Parts: sequence; C-alpha cells; structure tokens
Amino acid sequence: MSEEQSMAKMRAALVEQERPPRPNGIATSLTFAWRALLKIKYVPEQLLDVTFFPVMFTLMFTYLFGGALAGSTSQYLQFLIPGILVQTVVFTTVYTGVSLNDDISKGTFDRFRSLPIWSPSPLVGALIADTVRYTIASIIVIVLGLILGFRPAGTILEIIAGIILVLIFAFSLSWIFTVIGLILQTSKAVMGISMTLLFPVTFASNIFVDPATMPGWLRATVNANPVSMLTTAVRGLMGGRVAFTEIIWVLIASAVLILIFSPITMYLYRNKR
Amino acid sequence: MNNDLDTHNQPLAIKAIGLVKRFGKHRAVDGIDLAIPQGIVYGFLGPNGAGKTTTMKMLATLLKPDEGSAQVMGHDLLKEPDAVRTRVSLTGQFASVDEDLNGIENLILIARLMGYSSRIAKKRASELLDAFGLQDAAKRQVKKYSGGMRRRLDIAASMIIRPDLLFLDEPTTGLDPRSRNQIWDIVRALVTTGTTVLLTTQYLDEADQLADRIAVIDHGKIIAEGTSGELKASVGSGVLHVRLLDPSTRAQAQQLLSDALGTPVRLSSDPAALAAQLAGTKAASKALAALDANQIEVSEFSLGQPSLDEVFLTLTGKPAENEEQKEGAKS
Ligand SMILES: Nc1ncnc2c1ncn2[C@@H]1O[C@H](COP(=O)(O)OP(=O)(O)O)[C@@H](O)[C@H]1O
Ligand SMILES: [Mg+2]
Repeated sequence: MSEEQSMAKMRAALVEQERPPRPNGIATSLTFAWRALLKIKYVPEQLLDVTFFPVMFTLMFTYLFGGALAGSTSQYLQFLIPGILVQTVVFTTVYTGVSLNDDISKGTFDRFRSLPIWSPSPLVGALIADTVRYTIASIIVIVLGLILGFRPAGTILEIIAGIILVLIFAFSLSWIFTVIGLILQTSKAVMGISMTLLFPVTFASNIFVDPATMPGWLRATVNANPVSMLTTAVRGLMGGRVAFTEIIWVLIASAVLILIFSPITMYLYRNKR
Repeated sequence: MNNDLDTHNQPLAIKAIGLVKRFGKHRAVDGIDLAIPQGIVYGFLGPNGAGKTTTMKMLATLLKPDEGSAQVMGHDLLKEPDAVRTRVSLTGQFASVDEDLNGIENLILIARLMGYSSRIAKKRASELLDAFGLQDAAKRQVKKYSGGMRRRLDIAASMIIRPDLLFLDEPTTGLDPRSRNQIWDIVRALVTTGTTVLLTTQYLDEADQLADRIAVIDHGKIIAEGTSGELKASVGSGVLHVRLLDPSTRAQAQQLLSDALGTPVRLSSDPAALAAQLAGTKAASKALAALDANQIEVSEFSLGQPSLDEVFLTLTGKPAENEEQKEGAKS
C-alpha cells in the first residue's frame, strides 16, 4: 500500500465519531470484569495456584496427619475440606492486590483514570472478576473433596450457602489487599507482605486441627480469629448443623472490613500519583 | 471571568496560570503558565526530570495541582474534571495498554468503556487497527508487540473517539527511526483532522519537526517559549560553521575565532570543523579575515540558524540529555 493510501486511510479512521451516551457505573464495572476474566484465558497460571495448593494441602494433611488427628483419613476429610475451601479462597484474595499493583505500575490505570467514567469502576470490576475466580476455586475444592471421599451431610442449599459465605468474606477481605496493592511499590512486595499476613492468620485457626488441645491463650486467639469463625460456620452449613452465631460473626467481620478498608482504598486510588 | 474572554477571542486548547506541583519539598512543577491555541502541535521540550510528565498529568486530571489553575478546552480543570475528560485523551509515557490482552481486545475494552455497543466497539477497533497498520497483529498478545507497535496501539486507544486534545508523553522515546517516522505521520495526520496535540519530547529534532510551538522546560519552569524559529533567533543571530582544510590547525583556529568574535567556539565531531556563535552577521567576515591573516585555509563555511541543540545549550547552560542519561526515566 502506498504512503498516500495509508495516510488517507488514517484520516478516514480519524473523522469525528458520534459519541454514544455515557455508560453507567454498572456497565463500566462489568466491562472491567470482562477484561479481568479475559486474562484467565491468557494467564492460566492464576488458576494453577488455585488448583495446586488445595490439592497439595488436602493430600498432605489427609494422608500424613489425618489418621493421627482424627482416627481415620476419611473422618479427617469431613473435617478438613470446609477448612481447605476457606484457606484456598482466602489465599486467592491476595491476587486482587497483586494485579491492581501491576496495572498501576504499568500505566494502564493512568488511561482508565483519564476516561470519563464512574471512577471506582476499574476496582469494582476487578473485584467482581475476583469473585468469579473465588467461585472457581471453591468448586475445585469441593469436587476434589468429593473425589477423595468428602460426604457432606448438609443439603445442596446448605453447601451453596457455605460457599456464598466464603465468597462474602473473601470479597470483604480483598479490600485489605487493594490497600496494600495501592501503597506498595512492586507487585512482588505486595505478594510478600500479603502472604506474610495470611500465613499466621490461616494457620492460627481451626482449619487443620481442633483447637481443644491447644494451650488456653492460643485457643482463645484461634477462636477469636475470623477465619476460624468462618471455618466453623462453613463446617456447620456443610455438615447440616447450622452455626448461627458464627455466621452472624462472619457477616459482622465482613461488614467491618468493608467499612474500614473500602474508603481507604478509594481515597488512595483517587489520590494515587 | 477573563478566561472566558480569551476562549472567545482566540480559542485556546489550554490556558494555565501558575501551575505548581510539589513532591515532598521538591517542586517538580514550579509555576508554569500556558496559552496553547487550538489546532496545533505544541511541544514540551526538556531533559529527563524537567517536569514534563507531571505538568501533563495535571492537565489530564490525573494529578491535582498544589497551586494555580487551568482551563482545558474551556473547562476548569478543578471544577469540571469530568468535562475535561470527555474532551481529552492521554497516551502516557509508559504504555498504558494491557500487555496480557491482544490488540483488538485492548481497543474493544476502551470502546466499551466509552459506551459503544459490543458490535460497534468491534467494528471501531478493527477500523483503527487497520488504519494504524496493526491489522495483522490484532489477535496477538500485546506482550509480543514491538515498541513501535505498542505505541501505535496506545495512540489508537486514544482515538476511539477522536479527542479535541491529545496528550502524547514521549511518544518516540526508545523507538527505531522507522517506528519514529510512523508516529510522526500519525501526529501529522491527526492535526489535519483538527485535534490539538500536546507532546513532550527529549529529542530536539522531534520538537523541531513536529511542533508548531515549543516550550523549553527545565527544573519545573518554562525557560523559553515560541516557534522553533523564534527560539533560535532568541539565542543569537546565527552560527558560523567552518571546515578547515587541515585538521591540525583547528586548535589555533579556535583561539583566533574566539578572540575575533568574543563568543565561545565549539569543536564539532568532525575533526576539521568548528562552530561559533555570532553576535551579528557582520562578525562573520571579521572571523574569516582573522583566519586568512594567519594562513589557515578554509575548505567550507556556512552561516546558519542555531540548531535547537545550541538553543538548549545557551538557555540551560548544559547540553540536552543524551540517550544513556535518558534511560532511568521515572513516571
Ligand atoms: N510520583 C512521584 N513522586 C516523587 N517525585 C516524583 C514523582 N513523579 C515525578 N517526580 C519527580 O518530579 C520531577 C519531574 O518529573 P517528571 O515530570 O516525570 O519529569 P519529566 O517527565 O520531564 O522527565 C523529577 O525530579 C521526578 O523525580
Ligand atoms: Mg516524563
């Protein structure tokens, strides 16, 4: 194609475009969610983490310690799978902060922030997509559990309610990681700090063992840990013994997380240089 | 307000008064005034760290100025940021496209955010890819694009709805000459359609080639402003370039010229050539006479306007940054 032709083509593409009506915040958030989900297609490693860790933890704990901890491996599985579900989804929330930080350091967010759209929509979209990711992670864990011999006594609705409770908590927890993602310089640092925070929180919980045999001070800490409450609530729902107190506490903890960390996130996001 | 009057008499794309941005104690932008007419290419020329990006980010509503005010396409930057955002587009210094997605997905994303239906977004995206010579890379991940392709995609993303004002931050830094020419062509095509372009550059010839008017920025201040011709004229009436027959006489010639002219004489990279700033055109004959009287033979001489390089040297007292110094650039 000649110079002339390509210049003409360029000019033709640059004529005045008719501006469509301004899209609302829901539409733009969903567009951002679409973008984040497209990435799963290109960066399937994201799903690998979600698959690999629960498989590894489940196999390791069930077959190495399960017998000793609960009398038999199959009995231990009934105890462990709801906990692994919580652990997997809680760890997946770290990616919210990591990918936010990536976007900022690559300049992608500068463009988004210069667009005439509802300003929180990139964040809200990312969180919607993350919720899809958490759902996938939950399904993987449950299916894995069923294959290994997890036989929940709860009804389908109770199991789904358990998963939804985990999703609500994860969504709320994500706001901590958006704050970390906005404060720190590199996504490696975000990953490092977030993991350092999460490891004690998930291990000092009742995910793997019943805290009954722990020293008093530790048992008190473990029982007060929101992750333990979530685990107890999910165990209850899946086991057909609904634990209302814990469910209420999980919902309160979720609300508190959102109330504290979402305004901080929005403040940092608007004022990010 | 007076600002409104200005936009009536002579429509301005940007009118800024006393813009200041501090990072801690450091004044990255230290009192910048601008009056940029519509429909032109306006260049910010300055070394790395001069405050070009920071100024641009403030004008694009990404950073709040600590002091000063501005009107962008007639809208107040602080009071109507959303109105400003509907009129401008920003192509930042670091590629603002999503590396994980492919070319067409990147453009569809922006088109959808602008409010186009999925069908029209796709159509517009492929039209732009075609116009920018990226049709073959539409389905390729941006990660695998060359620097020039990435830049073009980035500009295409700013053109989904052609803006009235485009901010282009260092559009050609790090590109090979061919890619650079492609970007220049895009900028030239763009102004013919009526978009005002504000571009920053560290390359003097780029400002010279593209910009109708140039602001030379250093340490957060505009130290000179005008057309490239005006800037050159402000530095002096011209430069005398001399090429000697015998390179070994250059040191002596340098001494003679600086005595005769009273201005600094620079040695060029050509071992037989030197260049001297002239206070007036008459001084040239005096200089040549001095060489002739000392039997130094001249093979070539010319009287020219100073290059922007020389302008920069005179204005800032130091040469423009070169390629190596440029690399560690930050936001
Ligand atoms: N986010 C930031 N935090 C602190 N200092 C910054 C930040 N952005 C820029 N600066 C400083 O402000 C000055 C101007 O930077 P910048 O506008 O990027 O210059 P240019 O684009 O002309 O190279 C530099 O000294 C730079 O280090
Ligand atoms: Mg810059």
